[in-house]
Amino acid sequence: MLTKTSFQGKLTKTEDLFIPFIVAGDPSPELTIQFALRLQEEGADVLELGVPYSDPLADGPTIQRAAQRALKSGMSLRKAIELVPKLREHGLEIPVVIFTYYNPVLQIGHEEFFQLLGENGVEGLLIPDLPFEESEEIRNRSEEKGIEFISLVAPNSDQRIKQIAEHAKGFLYCVSSLGVTGERKEMSAEALAFIEKVRQYSQVPVAVGFGISTNDHVQLVRNHADGVIIGSKIIRLIEAEIENIEKGRMDEALKHFTKEIRALVQ
Amino acid sequence: MLQVFPDLKGRYGDFGGKYVPETLMGPLQELEEALDQAMADPAFLEEYHHVLKEYAGRPTSLSYADKLTGHLGGAKIYLKREDLNHTGAHKLNNAIGQALLAKRMGKEKIIAETGAGQHGVASATVAAKFGLQCIVFMGEEDIRRQELNVFRMKLLGAEVVSVSSGNGTLKDATNEAIRYWVANCEDHFYLIGSVVGPHPYPRMVRDFQRIIGDESKRQFLEVEKELPDRIFACVGGGSNAMGIFYPFLGDTSELIGVEAAGKGMDTPEHAATLSKGTPGVIHGSMTYLMQDENGQITEPYSISAGLDYPGIGPEHAHLFQTKQVRYEAITDKEALDALKLLTQMEGIIPAIESAHALAQAFKEAPQMSQNETILINLSGRGDKDMATLMEHFQEEV
Repeated sequence: MLTKTSFQGKLTKTEDLFIPFIVAGDPSPELTIQFALRLQEEGADVLELGVPYSDPLADGPTIQRAAQRALKSGMSLRKAIELVPKLREHGLEIPVVIFTYYNPVLQIGHEEFFQLLGENGVEGLLIPDLPFEESEEIRNRSEEKGIEFISLVAPNSDQRIKQIAEHAKGFLYCVSSLGVTGERKEMSAEALAFIEKVRQYSQVPVAVGFGISTNDHVQLVRNHADGVIIGSKIIRLIEAEIENIEKGRMDEALKHFTKEIRALVQ
Repeated sequence: MLQVFPDLKGRYGDFGGKYVPETLMGPLQELEEALDQAMADPAFLEEYHHVLKEYAGRPTSLSYADKLTGHLGGAKIYLKREDLNHTGAHKLNNAIGQALLAKRMGKEKIIAETGAGQHGVASATVAAKFGLQCIVFMGEEDIRRQELNVFRMKLLGAEVVSVSSGNGTLKDATNEAIRYWVANCEDHFYLIGSVVGPHPYPRMVRDFQRIIGDESKRQFLEVEKELPDRIFACVGGGSNAMGIFYPFLGDTSELIGVEAAGKGMDTPEHAATLSKGTPGVIHGSMTYLMQDENGQITEPYSISAGLDYPGIGPEHAHLFQTKQVRYEAITDKEALDALKLLTQMEGIIPAIESAHALAQAFKEAPQMSQNETILINLSGRGDKDMATLMEHFQEEV
């Protein structure tokens, strides 16, 4: 049985989670707030707020482009954390996970970084280039501050799956290409076996991400996991509205974005 | 007693480690296990040394630069001639070691990143030699600057992938090679060109390059009956320097690593990572790097593409912090002057990278006594730099 998930009491649901990822400042801090609110309206349970980085090793071209746009808009780790209370002012209630590479955290320093997370009411933290072996201090500090440190697990994590899953907080991020090829509408046997194995050890909801871009994918994941994480697809939907935004057609952009998100996750 | 680095977590004191996405932890574990087994297998080491001897042409010479020594009027200057290694630089030593390991692991495809193209050429060379497929990632700006090496790689049968992200240089090519490896790690081996990246790469590359120092030590003792007083090597990522320094750590020789000061240390255009950078994480390793106040990695500059890298191997960061190696920086102009001096005094055209080590040694040699000795790692030859050299020297020659 899954334990009640927390995020400082803001997430009590343990299944059918929709976890979108957007990059803070893409294409501007003001629009990040607007897109986040629309995602909440369409049923997002947790918001992964990405911090743009010059050298994002774990990201493909779509998120790299978003990071470049956000860096141009002046975004930084500190400003992304400070965006969280502004999101709240505008009505965002769902928990926020700050998704950042490790180097910017090091430049602020662990002590000040956690102080910032606390002061600005951040509920979760994900550092994609900080694997279990390197994350002990950050995990301990997160625990002290009541911040969920989100762990990732991959199909090739093998013997490490048990250790990672048992220590997981908040939700467990399963990095899995679905094995969906062409017209196939089922997940591959390997992907299913992997998710089953993870669920066996995890005390928190298991959410699947990477490469989820259609409503069919979403439905498939819902059948087998507790949550779906969608990143690149949402970034592409934002990207598609940039022309509208630049021409000042803000309402149209947000309306169209909302419609697309609804079609994706309904 | 010297402590042995790296430790079990892949750390050199405060530096090193594995700061990589979870998807790479499995492949790195697999690599580490295969590497440990290979390095403990006499048959593997024998094959590596056999290929170095009969294919690469090792041992490379130790040359006494007599005219230059007389000209500078101080310490005796010796050159370790990695320029005579097959393909023209020290890079091949490491490429041979890793290609043999790839084969042993049953990986038929290798991935490499390259800046100036020297490591790309070395990788394409071993791929041809050992029957492996080879994909080389290279920044689009570097492809433009290093046309000749791009053609060499293609002629050797490698696929060269142009990388347009970032500024299209070595840093970006490395990012893209790592991303490609993440997606294709089951049947691909990532052949890193320097002592950088996550554990066990810095250790592996050092151990495949220490042949430079092992040979130098033996050759030097034969000629001079004692160890050199000072050893100089240029440092970008730092593989030729780790290679020559490592067997001398703890000995009496003073070790000097020379970074690229580019257009000057008082300008933003340099690649002097240790002198001007700060600690952080780049390409999976805790080390020194060049970055802005928000922790975004910045672009370095050097006339030499091989030193044009914003990070440095974690073991260098450790040797810097513990003051076991002294690090200096040399400008483009100083390097070019040293290149010309060596060329005209000794009939050896060095790579611009290696000329940085020469320039620092030439500064210090006249201050030393004639009883003292200097060893310089001449890490590569200058053939690849002819276009740049023509631009700079055309009017003078």
